[in-house]
Formats: sequence, structure tokens, C-alpha cells
Amino acid sequence: MQYSEKVLEHFNNPRNVGTLDSADPNVGTGLVGAPACGDVMRLQLKISNTGIIEDARFKTFGCGSAIASSSLVSEWVKGKTLEQAASISNKAVAQELSLPPVKIHCSVLAEDAIKAAIEDFRQKQAAAKTSEANHE
Amino acid sequence: MDLTSPYLSSYEAAMPKARIYLDNHATTPVDERVLEAMLPYLKEKFGNASSASHAFGWEAEAAVEKARQQVAALIGAQPSEIVFTSGATESNNLALKGALDYYKTKGDHIVTLQTEHKAVLETCKWLERLRAERVEELKTLRLMQLLGRVVTEEEMPSLSQIHSLEEDSVLHLWTSTLRAGARVTYLPVEKNGRIRLDSFERALQPSTVVASISLANSEIGTLQPVNEIGALCRKHGVLFHVDAVQGAGKIPFDIEEASADLVSLSSHKLYGPKGIGALYVRKNPRIRLSPLLHGGGHERGMRSGTLNIPGIVGFGKACEIAKVEQTTEAQRLRALRERLWTGISSQLDFVSVNASMEHRLPGNLSVAFSFVEGDALMRELESIALSTGSACASGSLEPSYVLSALGLGEEVAHCSLRFGLGRFSTEAEVDEVIARVTKAVLRLREISILYEMAKQGVDLKNFQWGQH
Repeated sequence: MQYSEKVLEHFNNPRNVGTLDSADPNVGTGLVGAPACGDVMRLQLKISNTGIIEDARFKTFGCGSAIASSSLVSEWVKGKTLEQAASISNKAVAQELSLPPVKIHCSVLAEDAIKAAIEDFRQKQAAAKTSEANHE
Repeated sequence: MDLTSPYLSSYEAAMPKARIYLDNHATTPVDERVLEAMLPYLKEKFGNASSASHAFGWEAEAAVEKARQQVAALIGAQPSEIVFTSGATESNNLALKGALDYYKTKGDHIVTLQTEHKAVLETCKWLERLRAERVEELKTLRLMQLLGRVVTEEEMPSLSQIHSLEEDSVLHLWTSTLRAGARVTYLPVEKNGRIRLDSFERALQPSTVVASISLANSEIGTLQPVNEIGALCRKHGVLFHVDAVQGAGKIPFDIEEASADLVSLSSHKLYGPKGIGALYVRKNPRIRLSPLLHGGGHERGMRSGTLNIPGIVGFGKACEIAKVEQTTEAQRLRALRERLWTGISSQLDFVSVNASMEHRLPGNLSVAFSFVEGDALMRELESIALSTGSACASGSLEPSYVLSALGLGEEVAHCSLRFGLGRFSTEAEVDEVIARVTKAVLRLREISILYEMAKQGVDLKNFQWGQH
């Protein structure tokens, strides 16, 4: 099976590979997939106090399409609000990368990773508020 | 540089890196000496070996008989025991379907391994389906007999329960005398890829017609103890079919030592042309098979069809060369493989060899590069021809059933590459492959979340992964 030009481009030059400090209250971490399924993605978002995603990093175990999907969404989410990022759909990812039907699950995983990272951030924020309230 | 071909420069521009072929289990290039032997039979010596009335036919027949000797000699057989086929798939089909049909009065049971080639496993599945369909028919007939009326397909499940067909003695009698298809035992293998002889012996039944075991596995190169297996088959009066497609001509194999009754061979796995193979069929004691192809009664009635003379001549020559060069070639390949594995394992952590290193085809190396997905790795190594157990490469989303059968976990299958060294592989190529593989794995591990987690000491096996 041939990869599309865009998949190859992201696969050969992945953007935003790396790790953010998951203990940072402004960082949300989404870890999705499983080794037995052949792909695992971790997407981390650094969210400013005004609710804008100012940085994103990913690391992925998976085929070229999985790596390209994570690289693409790491670019897309930057500068967006959490609501805007949460509305990125797997269809948009699949379309942008011209993924063949058997690789659609890679784009689904990328969408799941964004949602999981946002969820993690929100939980952290909520927990921080609770502990603040308890301290007062 | 000497540009002997006008196309070379543009070809090189399109292919920036030299192509390296390390997929010799998939197929091998035709040896120059084999091609030379074949050429006359593609040109002036075009006769039909069945034309008994003129020199064109005699010439072709003589060539076939010479090739029959060359093929037979490779495995210690008599020329008259060789049946030429279109290749391994046909040989495996003929061995199993032919034996099951011919010996159906003896029984209907087959014993094989979960790691066998698809040509064996899918044939077994077809035979199982054939039997299951007949059993369903008998159930319907029995219900009609009991009810004295026609029974529709929709009524079958409920009526079978009401009339407890499972315990019906008449139906049991009918199915026990059923002469269609087969029942199949698919034995698991050990972690090293090998059969367990005690469980193999236990699997043999009075109704077992044939046991089908490969000499060498096409994916992990594991060699099975065929001589011991053959002895057990003899002891229990079971035909022994050896799928020797990957092993013949690479490692010593003799039909007498293995007590083999049926042996599948393929030409293109040993530097001969594609589209030609053979089935060895023992003559003493005489083994008989029902043919798959009916017609003019060629090949002792077991395989009708005009013989593929150039293919047969090439196959014969390939077997002759393999017989002479097998030992030195195996030594050379083992040294190359050692070089490959040492090169890789000295530069990378978290790499392991799948299945036994000791009982392995000389040119085979199956390596798990943990935390790197096989399909991505192959992309990175684009100009090196390799094969992966990863699901992503196959498009079926199922990882290799062979690697899964080793019980190593699916993640190992996703991370594995198969290196298949061959007659024309060189040290320089191996060194290039080591360098490129190492670089590729390092790059992909930099991206890999699993590698980061493993480095931090996370227990990936017991980690709570989400459902996906």
C-alpha cells in the first residue's frame, strides 16, 4: 500500500515530537490506543490561563498513518481554544491525509487523543479548584 | 561510473538508494545457470513431452526425466516418485485433498500445526467446511425421517433441540460413516516455534489419515524435528506430509530419514523459475492420491495437464545446484545472519529474535524491534525488501498468525521484521542493512511513546491501556 504525499511528508518530518511536563497544571495529557492493537498515541497540550492551546507535543507508536495523524493534529490544535480543538473530527484528519479505509482508525485515534488530553486538563483544573476551596 | 545502460542514470535518479533484496522466503531470483538451462526449452526445444511419435516430443520427455532425477536426488527419492505441479500451493492441496479422498474409508482426520502455511491451513479449513455441510445435510434428513415431512432451514435450530439431535444414535451412526471432508487438529507450537512431540503423538487417532508438518516455517524459519515426527507417523500408520518448500535445498532433508510419504517442493524458493513445483509421492509402500486435475492422465494419473517443460528443466537444474552447494551456502548464510544479528543487537536495546535461533533456516532472521511498529519501519527502509508481521502492512488488521502462535503477545508481531538472506546476499549489503535499520529504529523510537515509557521503567505489559 502506498502512503499519500501528505502522510509521507508528516511521517518523514513529524512536527511537535516530544514531551511536556505532565505534572504541570496547565498541561493536559491524552494517552490512547494499546500496543496489542498496533498503535498508541500520546498528545499533550499546554493551555494558557486564557484557555488557548499554546503548545502541543506528541509521541506515537504506530504505522506511518498513525504518526502522520498525530503530527497533523499537533499542528492543528495550536492557537485554538479547547472548544475549537475538541471539534476537530477524525473525518477532517482522514480527509487531509487522504487515508485509505483501513487506516481510518488512525484518524479516530488522533481525535480521541485530543479529547483525552482536554479531559485530563479539565480534571486537573477541577481538582485544583477543589483543593483551593479546601484550603480556604 | 560505467554507464552501460542509457536508462541507468534516470533509473538511479528515481531510486536514490540501491535496492537490497532481503525477502528470499517470499521468492528468490532465478540463478543464471538455471536460466541458461531453460532457454533452449523456451526456444527451439518447444516439444510436448506427451508427443510420443516424434523427436520434438522425445527431446522434451528426456528433459523432463532428467529434471525428475535432479529433483528426486535432492531429497533422496526415486525419479518415478516425483509428480510435477504448478507449485507449493498445488502440491499441498494435492497431498491433503488427494489423500483424504483416496483414503476416506480409513478415516477423515488430519493433524497439522497452527503455524503452517496458508496453503495447508486453508485447505484444511475447506475440508472441514465440506464435512460440516454434509453433517448439516444429515441432520436435516434425520429430522425429516423423524417427522415424516419436509423441514425448512429456519426450523432446523429449534427442531434439532426439540428432538435432541446431539444425542440421536442414528445420526451418530450416519456421521461416523460420513466420507466427506475432514476433521482437523491444529496443534499449537512452543515459544521456540517447535512442535511438542508428545502432544503430537497424543493427537494421532485411529482415523488420522495424514499429518502435515513443514520442514521449515516461512516466517520464523523454525525447523521441525521431521525425522522424529515421521517415526511417530510410521508407528501409528499415519501418512506423513512434509511441506518442505522453505527447507529443501537449504538444509539436509532425506525422505527415508524423515519417513516421509508426501513432500511438497517449490522451484522459486530455490532460485528456479516460478509456477513449477513438485509433490513427492512414496512408491514403496505405494501411496495413492485422488487427483485434483482430471484429464490426459499425466504424472501417473495424479496431475493431468501438459508439462511445463522450461519450468521443469529450470526446477531440475535449481535442485541440482542446491544439492551441490547447500552445505557451503548454509555456512555462508549462517555467518551473514550472525553478522546481521550482532550488528543490530550491539547497537540497539530492546531487540529480540523470535523463536529458536538454533533450529532455524540458515538465511532466516525474525526480529522484534520493541516499541517500533513494523509497517512504519518498513517505510523507513523503503529500498530494502523485507517482510513484517505487522497487521498494518497486510491491510487485514490482523497481525501475523505465526508470531501470535508463539504466544509472545500481539505487540511483538506488530514490531517484527523478517530478514530473508539468500544466495546473492553480500556482506556489504548486510552492513548497509545494519546501518539503515539501526538509524530507522532510532528515529522511530524518538517518536515512540512506548519507548519513552519503557525507558522510564513503566511496566507496559500490566499497564491499563484504554479500549480501542
